[in-house]
Amino acid sequence: MPAETTAPMETPGRGTSASALRAREVLADVAHEPGAKKPDPIVVADHITRSFGGLTAVDVEHVEVQRGVITALIGPNGAGKTTFFNLLTGFDRPDSGDWSFNGTSLNKVPAYKVARMGMVRTFQLTKVLSKLTVIENMRVGATGQKGETLLGAMFKPMWQRQETDNTKRADSLLERFLLIKKREDFAGELSGGQRKLLEMARALMADPELVMLDEPMAGVNPALKQSLLGHVKSLRDDGRTVLFVEHDMDMVRDISDWVIVMAQGKIIAEGPPESVMGDQRVIDAYLGAHHDEALTFEAEEKIHAEASSEFQGGPAASAAPRASTGTTERTGSTAATGEHAAATEPASTRTDDHEDGPR
Amino acid sequence: MDWQNIFSLALQQGLGPSAVVYCLAAIGLNVHFGYTGLLNFGQAGFMAIGGYAMASVVSTWGLPFWLGVVVGLLLAVVLALLLGVPTLRLRADYLAIVTIAAAEIIRQTVGSVSLLEYFGGQDGLTGFSDSFRSLNPFSGSIGIPGVVSWRANDAWVMLVGWILVVICCLIVWLLMRSPWGRVLKSIREDEDAVRSLGKNVYSYKMQSLIIGGVFGALAGFITALKSAAINPSFFATDITFFAYTVLLVGGAARVLGPVAGAIIFWFLLSFLDLFFTQAAATGLIPESIMTSNQASLMRFIFMGLALMLLMIFRPQGIFGDRKELALDAR
Ligand SMILES: Nc1ncnc2c1ncn2[C@@H]1O[C@H](COP(=O)(O)OP(=O)(O)OP(=O)(O)O)[C@@H](O)[C@H]1O
Ligand SMILES: [Mg+2]
Repeated sequence: MPAETTAPMETPGRGTSASALRAREVLADVAHEPGAKKPDPIVVADHITRSFGGLTAVDVEHVEVQRGVITALIGPNGAGKTTFFNLLTGFDRPDSGDWSFNGTSLNKVPAYKVARMGMVRTFQLTKVLSKLTVIENMRVGATGQKGETLLGAMFKPMWQRQETDNTKRADSLLERFLLIKKREDFAGELSGGQRKLLEMARALMADPELVMLDEPMAGVNPALKQSLLGHVKSLRDDGRTVLFVEHDMDMVRDISDWVIVMAQGKIIAEGPPESVMGDQRVIDAYLGAHHDEALTFEAEEKIHAEASSEFQGGPAASAAPRASTGTTERTGSTAATGEHAAATEPASTRTDDHEDGPR
Repeated sequence: MDWQNIFSLALQQGLGPSAVVYCLAAIGLNVHFGYTGLLNFGQAGFMAIGGYAMASVVSTWGLPFWLGVVVGLLLAVVLALLLGVPTLRLRADYLAIVTIAAAEIIRQTVGSVSLLEYFGGQDGLTGFSDSFRSLNPFSGSIGIPGVVSWRANDAWVMLVGWILVVICCLIVWLLMRSPWGRVLKSIREDEDAVRSLGKNVYSYKMQSLIIGGVFGALAGFITALKSAAINPSFFATDITFFAYTVLLVGGAARVLGPVAGAIIFWFLLSFLDLFFTQAAATGLIPESIMTSNQASLMRFIFMGLALMLLMIFRPQGIFGDRKELALDAR
């Protein structure tokens, strides 16, 4: 099929590795609509609702996350992404709903057990263990440690070997995340971006099957972002599943195999990045979130017109994702990126404030 | 001014049975607060449970001394469970409120008139330490002649007490260098992060509360044995706060912090007491400025001043790491 051969050239960012191609192949037949059935879902959630007072933060009918691929969860500020993460991982309880991981229902399963089952998350507001050194932070992440039981703890020979192995693994992860020079520093001394890196590396110490990252790139400089993107992709190569929240559309476009869009608690669109970003509902959701800002009617019309013309290939591409004409789509998506970046700019600013603010 | 006498008596207190009591209580608080971040304001309650269990098993029920010790330790575990089950899942401040209340409830209960026949009301219990004292290898006066000395009974309590301190410190050291201790310290830093890594935070906090509570019960035993008597006033709320002071002076989350803290605290407190009493008696401080009654209260004022200076110039305590403390400000 010619479509298969042109695909890597159209979207060079998403990589041409075996796992990337496999991910695309697996998702090729999945419908581009909210709640679409996946061939091999690792997480399935049904009728999840969570409200805070009168505000319904999450109201998800049905969603599935495909195993072995990188799925992005995007949406404007306050869409309910973090809340949904909390619900899935047991850090918060939904008002109603069922969800499962690897076929096991997670209703009433406490957060630590969810993590032990192989579903490990990071936090939007980074949580490092300030008064522990970087390497100690990493060691905490390892699971099944014999020295973590009260009796085992007293006898060093019982856990010494395991500790050495864990330390080796931690060191190689620190190397990968460019934190090896900070090994003996207190985690509390790290910069905001370094904390993000440490948290991600620490989550990997638990050897999770599903890694859930809440805005992993917020506050990380562009050069490092590139290498981190590589790390996230390599997680897929290892056979792990990644679900991440991100406001940076370039990154979403670059690494995700599948995108789920949330707005006002609901899932409003799903599909591969190029099709989702052309979706009228998604554009509306993002623009709608900023109606109150200085967008005049004309300006908005113009953006709408531009956006839909740029994305023109969108719906068509979703029908036959790999068959559209290469050059038009490339330029189209670059322009659209600019639009989206503009639309989401207040969002990322807000996030940064959070990161640096006093805690 | 008899300086030698002042130093000798201050040293006697600094290493004496009272210092042992506060040292053990503070080691327990170190596990709770220093390592796990649990705000236990009811350490006096654990001490009371231990002390009263031992005393009443022997003098009220006429059972052997060692059984009293075992019952005391078990009840401390039970108390930790009772306090922990409802509160450890809640925010940190709930434990503080519940523990301070529980300690006071225990004190009022053992002192109540309706339980007079078991716990002796406000007068408390005596006559439970005979079998302990019968094991005393010392007789006469023990110490370094001309420098410091203790009565035989005190020396015996001190010997047992400091051995207990060594054992407790050893246990804390073994635990805190291990992955288990690392989880406790991580919980102190951020519970949710630890949870997200698959650790049962609730269970670790409970273990910490129990271990620290048992150390508190040991302090209760020594409290009762050092005066061969026990009554509710030994376990007032301020005992807990003095134990916290001891911990902070020595340095929290350091194995030897409570030991250094206890010795320094008791040395200073009795030094100031003796100094002001003698100064008033010898006329160094004229009667017109303060009477000798007032002078003996000066120790608390100066102790407070010393604490303030410590917190300003060495907020991490004697053994603490300043760099670590500075992280809180970030
Ligand atoms: N603990 C809470 N109490 C009350 N309201 C909450 C709470 N947590 C979240 N909300 C509300 O739920 C909505 C969804 O919040 P959530 O943090 O999930 O958004 P988000 O999609 O992660 O946004 P962002 O991209 O800004 O991180 C928001 O309107 C928020 O105000
Ligand atoms: Mg969020």
